[in-house]
Amino acid sequence: MSVKVFLPGPLRGLFEGAASVEVEATSVGEAIAALVARAPALGPQLLAEGGALRSYVNVYVNDDDVRGRGGLDAVLEPGDTLSIVPSIAGGAGDEEAAKIAAAQAAVRQAGRVELPLSREEVRRYSRHLILPDVGLAGQVKLKNARVLLIGVGGLGSPLALYLAAAGVGTLGLVDADVVDETNLQRQVIHGTSDVGRPKLDSAADRLREINPNVRVEKHETMLSSANALELFRQYDLVADGTDNFPTRYLVNDACVLTGKPNVYGSIFRFEGQASVFAAKDGPCYRCLYPEPPPPGLVPSCAEGGVLGILPGVIGLLQATEVVKLILGIGEPLVGRLLLFDALAMSFRELKLRKDPNCPVCGPNPTVRELIDYQAFCGIRPEDDVLAGEQRTISARALKTRLDAGEVIAIVDVREPQEFELCSLPGARLIPLGELPVRLSELDSACEFVIHCRTGKRSAQAIELLAQSGFSRARLLNLEGGIDAWARDVDPAMPRY
Amino acid sequence: MSGALRLPRSILDAIRAHGRETYPHECCGFLLGAPQAGEAVELLRASNAREDSPQNRYLIPPVEFVRAQRDADQRGLDIVGFYHSHPDHPARPSAFDRDHAWPGYAYLIAEVRGGEPLDLRGFRLETVGGVFHEISLEEA
Repeated sequence: MSVKVFLPGPLRGLFEGAASVEVEATSVGEAIAALVARAPALGPQLLAEGGALRSYVNVYVNDDDVRGRGGLDAVLEPGDTLSIVPSIAGGAGDEEAAKIAAAQAAVRQAGRVELPLSREEVRRYSRHLILPDVGLAGQVKLKNARVLLIGVGGLGSPLALYLAAAGVGTLGLVDADVVDETNLQRQVIHGTSDVGRPKLDSAADRLREINPNVRVEKHETMLSSANALELFRQYDLVADGTDNFPTRYLVNDACVLTGKPNVYGSIFRFEGQASVFAAKDGPCYRCLYPEPPPPGLVPSCAEGGVLGILPGVIGLLQATEVVKLILGIGEPLVGRLLLFDALAMSFRELKLRKDPNCPVCGPNPTVRELIDYQAFCGIRPEDDVLAGEQRTISARALKTRLDAGEVIAIVDVREPQEFELCSLPGARLIPLGELPVRLSELDSACEFVIHCRTGKRSAQAIELLAQSGFSRARLLNLEGGIDAWARDVDPAMPRY
Repeated sequence: MSGALRLPRSILDAIRAHGRETYPHECCGFLLGAPQAGEAVELLRASNAREDSPQNRYLIPPVEFVRAQRDADQRGLDIVGFYHSHPDHPARPSAFDRDHAWPGYAYLIAEVRGGEPLDLRGFRLETVGGVFHEISLEEA
């Protein structure tokens, strides 16, 4: 079957100037192949590698685009005419590039250099400016970016330091804590002389010193369901540096609800994780962990300890992802969970899928507003007063009774490495985790003083003992733990 | 500069006028004439099908191309090239322009800054995926 093919001007030279040619074909693909057979130079112009039509080539059968009729497989009927139609498209390029180019053009006309960055900034960021994929346009993106950091602790320290140095224009910091000596081992944004100061003040001073061009917005508040959405809306993306589950779920849900990517990191002892949650079409934290662990099962860094360097590694993975997301370069950690093991010095990667039944980011969400995350994580308000229901004894009172020669069994439920640092006279070490299987070591007729570092783990231990048949009347929780003993009874004892 | 395109002043003015009208969006259209002679004699406006991003993109609907080609063929003319505007952006082809250009056509770009047309320059692509070369625009 003979088909007439109309050619655009530039292709006519290959067919002796003819505006159309006749080829034998029953499908569009055959017609194109017949044309290419007659003029091989046409091949690379019309077809991409693999044989598909190039994106800027349209083929019309009569008045219909063949892309809507099966492409090259489209069948031709007698009398059909084919037209090869160049797709005529283009444009100025992306908006940011246009702005910069406009600035540069203005400069050329004025005869001097005027860029969207100051001379000081050009010099400061020169290693970015000469870096392919960052350049002037990328640096301006960083400058215009607004990043919210939840917590200025272990993860927040490296995040804030490096993002400020990199030139992220606005950093929002959320923290209500005061710098403590025990922070200094890993929270490198704070110094020894900052102990006792609000973390926000300490961090802001340090960031100003690193890069005075960065605007630091201080939010001295506990992130809560009441303030999270309003806060998140003011920023482009959120980096989660929290150390507890209720806040982690709160950050995740608020990110999903406000459409802000959640650059996540978490650390425990020698291991850490990082990912980017709540990105467009990516999974969220709840897709990975629909339910929080039971309270107390996963100890916090304060209870379980953490290698001081670890938050540096994980925080900088987060910072890297933040910068990539702002610049729109590389492969973001979306749908991937990166696992780091410092002792093995290994990185592993898990693929994450978006959960179609996710209650927050799924197509039929049941969580449409922020909830009570303490309750969600099984932390009942009464937990805080649990110790009140239990009998307690102060460090001074315990000292008085021991000095009087009273027989009291002291059980230390801390970890062995804590016991090594300091311990009470005559105390028996049974770490909380081992308690359920070591109950037989305890004589239930005795009066017990149970203690840990500050009184939380010992309260859990007392609950466990009471449920195992020990009389509550004979279980005393050392108020304020061994820390109170060091403070009130034995000033020579180290506090940690 | 390699090659030249001759065209009457009225076409240059018409391109600028079109760019001013559509600012801050891009305008686009056809130049008809005799490609072999390097001459454009007529301007034909096209609509910009890029409703998603008309401030920095243009796309001439293929149907309009087919119509323009037929019309030109019937009148013994051909499509010499195309013009479009760059609102608040220099009259220089972008990478996007290059990736979508065809060798054999002249591409004219008008810079329209703040609604006022400034620079107007012409370019030609040597080979598929190659580089643009500027061509001189000569008043006929």
